[in-house]
Order: sequence, then C-alpha cells, then structure tokens
Amino acid sequence: MQEQQKLITLENISKEYDGTVVLEDINLYVRKNEFLTLLGPSGCGKTTTLRIIGGFEKPTTGSVIFDGQDITDLPPYKRRVNTVFQKYALFPHLNVFENIAFGLKVSKRSKEEINERVAQMLDLVNLKEYGKRRVDSLSGGQQQRIAIARALVNEPEVLLLDEPLGALDLKLRKGMQLELKRMQQRLGITFIFVTHDQEEALTMSDTIVVMKDGRIAQIGPPKHIYDEPKSAFIANFIGESNIIRGRMIKDELVNFCGTNFTCVDFGFAKDAQVDVLIRPEDIVIVGEDVGQLVGTVKSVLFKGVHYEMIIDAGGFSWKVHSTSMQPEGSQVGLSIVPFNIHIMKPMEEEELDE
Amino acid sequence: MKTLKRAYLALILLFLYVPIAVLILQSFNAGISRAKWEGFSFRWYVQLIQSPNIMQALYVTVTIAILASLISTILGTMAAIGIHAMSKKPQSMMLTLSNIPMTMPDIVTGISLMLLFIFTKMDRGYFTMLLAHITFNTPYVVLSVLPKLKEMNKHSYEAALDLGATPGYALRKVILPAVRPGIITGAMLAFTLSLDDFTISYFTTSPLVQNLSTLIYSEARKGIKPTMNALSALMFVSLLILLLLINRRTAESS
Repeated sequence: MQEQQKLITLENISKEYDGTVVLEDINLYVRKNEFLTLLGPSGCGKTTTLRIIGGFEKPTTGSVIFDGQDITDLPPYKRRVNTVFQKYALFPHLNVFENIAFGLKVSKRSKEEINERVAQMLDLVNLKEYGKRRVDSLSGGQQQRIAIARALVNEPEVLLLDEPLGALDLKLRKGMQLELKRMQQRLGITFIFVTHDQEEALTMSDTIVVMKDGRIAQIGPPKHIYDEPKSAFIANFIGESNIIRGRMIKDELVNFCGTNFTCVDFGFAKDAQVDVLIRPEDIVIVGEDVGQLVGTVKSVLFKGVHYEMIIDAGGFSWKVHSTSMQPEGSQVGLSIVPFNIHIMKPMEEEELDE
Repeated sequence: MKTLKRAYLALILLFLYVPIAVLILQSFNAGISRAKWEGFSFRWYVQLIQSPNIMQALYVTVTIAILASLISTILGTMAAIGIHAMSKKPQSMMLTLSNIPMTMPDIVTGISLMLLFIFTKMDRGYFTMLLAHITFNTPYVVLSVLPKLKEMNKHSYEAALDLGATPGYALRKVILPAVRPGIITGAMLAFTLSLDDFTISYFTTSPLVQNLSTLIYSEARKGIKPTMNALSALMFVSLLILLLLINRRTAESS
C-alpha cells in the first residue's frame, strides 16, 4: 500500500535560538496522503517544526529528508510544499484572483492555464464569484479559503497549515474542519497541521504528534493517544481526565483510594508508584451498596450532552460525566471496569528519564 | 473671553505670516524703494528670469533635489528593509544610529561634512553638495518607509517564497508594492528638504556652484535686491505646495 511510503522524515532535528533550545532531537516521519497533526501547548515547538519543513528556519542540527532527498538547506521556493499561514498572509495589493494566481505566475504558466486553474480553485473553496474582490473586503472565513486556494493551486505534495482555523469563530471552525478533511481526501495531498486545539486534532488527524517543551511526547492515531496516553501530561492535554496516584500490587491489580482494582496493565515492578488515569465518562454511577467506591456528589454542572459531577470518594475529587443526573449531596457508588483503568509511569520518573 | 482667545490667535498668525506677506507684496512693487509702494508690476520676476546667475542656481537646486531625493530614496528604502529584518537588539541600535543625524543641528552636519571633504581632498562643488544632500535625506526616507514595513503581515514575504518566488521577485512583487506609499512620502520629503536647505549646502559647495539659497545669502550681503524678493516669494510658494502635498498624504494614510 502506498500509505506505507515515508514522504518526509525528520532526523534528529534540534533548534536553538541564542542558546535557548526550542526543539530537541525530533524524529518523525510523515507518510504519503497522511493527515498529520502537530499538537501541543503554545511554546512547545510545533510551529518551529512546521517552519523547518517549510524551509523558513534551518535546524541547528539534524536533517529533513523529502522523498529520499536531503532538503535541509533547500530554500522555501525550491521545495514541493506550500503553506497556509497563521492570519493567512494574503497580499493586500492584489485581488482574490491575483492572490491565487501568484504561484502560477511565478512559474510562468500560460494565461489560459492560469485562468483555468484559478477558476477551479475558486470553485473548490466555494468562492466562484469573488475573483475581482479585494482581499480585505472578505470575511475571516473567506480569507482563510483564499489562503488555502492560493497554496493548493500549485499542486503541492504536502500542504503545511499553521493554526489555520485559530482566528475563526467556533461554528465556522467546525465547518472548516470538515471541509479541510474532505479536501485532503479528495485531492490526496499530505497535510501537516499545527494546532493547540485537542478536539480539532482528534477530529481531523490520521496521526497526532503530541509535543511538549520542544520534544515529542507521543505519536499515534487519535484513538490510541486518547485511550493510551503515555503520561499524565498527555492525558490532561487531550480530553478530560482523573489522574490519581496508585501502587501496583501485582500484574493486573492496582491499589488507589485504599481499594484494590483489577486492571489490564502489567509489566510494572511490584509496589511501583504509578499514575492512574480514568476518563470522566468511564466512571459509572451505581447504587452505594454495589460501588467499588462510595462518595458524595459535591457539585453538578449541566454541559448540554451530559452532566459533569464532582464526586468526593476515597479522598479524591472525581470528575464524572453522565447523562443521568444525581442531586447534589446524595450518596452514590462509583464503578470502573478494568479496561477503563489506564496505568502510566508517574510524572517524576518520566521527567528523570528526560 | 472668546474675543480674547481669537485676538491672541490672530496676533500669533500675524507675527508668523506678515513678514512673508510683506515679502510677497514687495516682490510685486514696481519701485526699488522698500518704503514706498509704487504700483504693481512683474518687473522683478522678469529680471529674475533674465539673470543667468539665478537661472544657473535654479538649475543646480532642482537637479540636486531630484538626484539627491532619488538616490536617498533607493538607499533609504533598502536600509529600512534591512533594519526591519534585523532582530530586536541590532534593530534598535541601527534605528538610533539612523535617527541621530536628523536631530543634529544643520551647522554641525555642514561643518563636519566640509571637514570630511577637505580631509579626503575632494574639491567642493556640485558633486560634494549632492553627496551632502543624499546624506541628510536618507534617514528621513528610512523613517517614512519603516512604519509601512511594520504594518505588513510579517509572513507576507515568506508566503511569496513559499509560492516559489525568489527573494528578488518577492521584493519586487510583494514588499515594494506594500510599502510604496511610504516610499513616495519619503521621496517627497527628501525633495523638499533638499530644495529648502541652506546651511549644509553653504558649507559643502564652492562659491562657483551656488544653489538658490546660498545665492540669496551672498546677494543679501551686498544689499537686498528686489529680484531676491521675487525669488524668495517663488521658493516659498513652491515649498508650501510640496508641504501641503506631503501633509495630505500622511493624513490620508493614518
């Protein structure tokens, strides 16, 4: 399958600015036709990584391999990638048509070809009648589409997108997420997408690369990252979570809140300190006589699809999501199935490793 | 109170503009005496045009203003782009270095340039005056182009490179069009400053190559001729027009 083909490989990439380390030993590959998302909080190095692939920054060490060729020193205008910039960076002195045609004019295409391909692009982004408009007369969402069209018209093999939906309001953002994903599948182009929005990353990506402090924290498909986060940081960053200190009794048995729980994890040393992750939607509220833990409902928030309850049980405040509401102050039992208890190496140990 | 305010304002404007009004009026005086109005005439303006000295000085003034503003606009724009691309520390240093000459008294600039030309054994004349004008004009161009660069989306240039443009192509097709208003304002400012200058020109040219202001000065020492009134009136009017144009441009862009 062609999906196995590595299109871009980052090898041991590090980047320093005036002695400050921004990226440290990044190793990553991107397959053809993949939708890969670089996800992380601001300052984690995701944009710098993208800029290194685009050719706007040179790594301090390491190399960028594109289709088997080392392109580390190749300037941006010789790379077969195009970028959609944050805030779009459209050219204000050119109209919509001229903006999209810019790349084709640079490569000296014939007038007929330019007209035809720009028209196709305007059609693709649903802005057919807008060719003659000034770019600053367009809304944020429309400018966003023009920026995408301006990049895609050059038929790049890879499209880099730097927080392209950051400036749009929620509803427009959701719409554009679907539209981008649809475009990516239709055109068969590799997308490398940068965002700090975990929900966006989970919705759109084939692969998510979680970054923290200039390093890669975890790589994997969205479901895997959500279900099996490697650390408390990732668990907290992606989705909501309860993270509690625990101790391994033996394989597949963990103790927290003074109670032994059956789990599915093994391979930890006996009595090892661990972080236990339980997602709020994985805690089931049962009768107080049958619960593994018993506690009191402290607060209830209505969140639309579900209720979010804070329940004090076993000396810990649990965040619980449920579609049925328990009144504040009531006693409830909590039950967690083994499959939903996820054991991770504790934070300190992970940081010692670094 | 209101009348007092108005009277105060009128007084100030009177002091500012009466001398110039008198000068313009005198330039149309048919008689040679400045004390007596002897009727309206274009006599001095005709004499002005017929004087080879003055026409030569006019030629020097205008050609120097054109050349100096042209060259300093190119240099200043390049400098502004360079300064804009610098990182913070060297940028603020370069800006200070570029701004200081503007705050220096003209006489200091004039004398130091004169000393430099003497030291390097350059014969003072048209060329040295041109060099001097380019020197004092350039920082003003930098100052009017820089804000336009700052207004640009900082990724515009990168976007052009990304779309396949070489740095030169991106400069011509993306950066220069975006900062064009600043470049034109800078060029007009440079042209005006150059027309207007006396002090620096005085120290950097020889008595054989006069521009209008140095000519008026040396004529005035021999006693003011009515032709000088006419010449001054013309200079005032043309500079006024230029300044109004520049002010309108800056008002429009802000």
